[in-house]
Amino acid sequence: MIKVENLYKSFGPLQVLKGIDCHIAAREVVCIIGPSGSGKSTLLRCVNQLEKADSGKVIIDGVELTSPQTDINKVRQQVGMVFQHFNLFPHRTTLENVTMAPIIIKKMNKAEAGDIAHELLRKVGLSDKDDVHPAQLSGGQKQRVAIARALAMQPKVMLFDEPTSALDPEMVGEVLEVMKNLAQEGMTMMVVTHEMGFAKEVGHRVLFMDEGIIVEQGSPRQIFENPVNSRTQSFLSKVL
Amino acid sequence: MLQCLDLNIFGLDILQSLLALNGFQVVSSNMGNFLRGTVLTLEITALSVAFGMVLGLIAALLKMSRYKLVALPGSIYIDFFRGTPLFVQILLFYFGILPLVFDANSFQAAVIVCSLNSGAYIAEIVRAGIQAVDRGQMEAARSLGMTNVQAMWHVILPQAYKIVIPPMVNEFIALLKDTSLVAIIGAEELTHQGRILYSVTYEAAWIWGAVALIYLLLTRLLSMLGDYLERRLATE
Repeated sequence: MIKVENLYKSFGPLQVLKGIDCHIAAREVVCIIGPSGSGKSTLLRCVNQLEKADSGKVIIDGVELTSPQTDINKVRQQVGMVFQHFNLFPHRTTLENVTMAPIIIKKMNKAEAGDIAHELLRKVGLSDKDDVHPAQLSGGQKQRVAIARALAMQPKVMLFDEPTSALDPEMVGEVLEVMKNLAQEGMTMMVVTHEMGFAKEVGHRVLFMDEGIIVEQGSPRQIFENPVNSRTQSFLSKVL
Repeated sequence: MLQCLDLNIFGLDILQSLLALNGFQVVSSNMGNFLRGTVLTLEITALSVAFGMVLGLIAALLKMSRYKLVALPGSIYIDFFRGTPLFVQILLFYFGILPLVFDANSFQAAVIVCSLNSGAYIAEIVRAGIQAVDRGQMEAARSLGMTNVQAMWHVILPQAYKIVIPPMVNEFIALLKDTSLVAIIGAEELTHQGRILYSVTYEAAWIWGAVALIYLLLTRLLSMLGDYLERRLATE
């Protein structure tokens, strides 16, 4: 479903990605772990082209995003993204946050978009918050709305960029629960996370990144119980 | 007794009181002219701010383009009108440039020059407003598949406009005062009315005092409107 080939990215003199290769199958949930500054978020942002890679390819569902002929807006409609800081639209209500993209991009009528949005908000446990503005929501609620907003475009792939890192501890669970349900429904997911419990329980595969390369990858059991690389071992010894 | 003393000490003798009375009469009997001038001043200001907002928005978006060829005209326009005196711009356009294009009367010329001038300042206000919106907003909009234009229109600008209102009111007030400069080309706004009246009556203190007072009244009203808008937006 997602293919990343030999991806390089620098910010000025700082090389952040040094030749990333990875394939993610449909319905697969891949968790990316690693120390901060290892390039995890940059990799994710390169996948939907919020960052432009210097070289290398990103192919989603057979479409090469890195090719200049590709209509990136079209592809992004099929790639949902959830951000660390939610990035909800503060001038719109919860419901409007979810209906906005389908109405503007897919030219869906208000009623139809509203039906879809209601269904999604119910799914993330926020069916009573339609007319509330984001400022009145808790962090966990905001992130769940953000997930519903991304799902409203009916994406084939979901990218999560540290979705629980900005949350108070007691709200992490409600967001992970929603993500877990999504995974069980068969969504293809790439999740940059510090939640090792989630990676273990929900992830089909775990990638460990450090200093711009994928150091080690494998099943959660392999990575967490029998890490081979010394860098993986030392990272896990600090976080587990 | 006290009254007599006052009059003598401060030299307010009968002659001066009469003169003062004459000035008062000049002002009061020409209220119609002041009023007409005020209306014209407001018209020039309002039209210029309206056109200026459109120009400013366009110029700001041009200047923010990542394509140099698109950004350059925006930059040149903004730099020229912010970097030269409005007075010179009025003379340049009324006598130099506009006659080459069409036969503009002084009112049209005033509106054109003030719009162009105000557009340049508004462009920088708008640009600051857009850049004050969190970068994550643009990223979220783009990640959903919106084009740059859709994201700008539906996500960024609706948030920028709140940030922009207080400086925009300031610009409105500054422009209202600056329109007095178009008196030089004979647009019959408030200052011009004062000049005409002065040339006939020589009642400088009374006439210019009245003109200043009217400007003060207008700018006070505008800034009260600004305060009201700011308060309303803060509670939204």
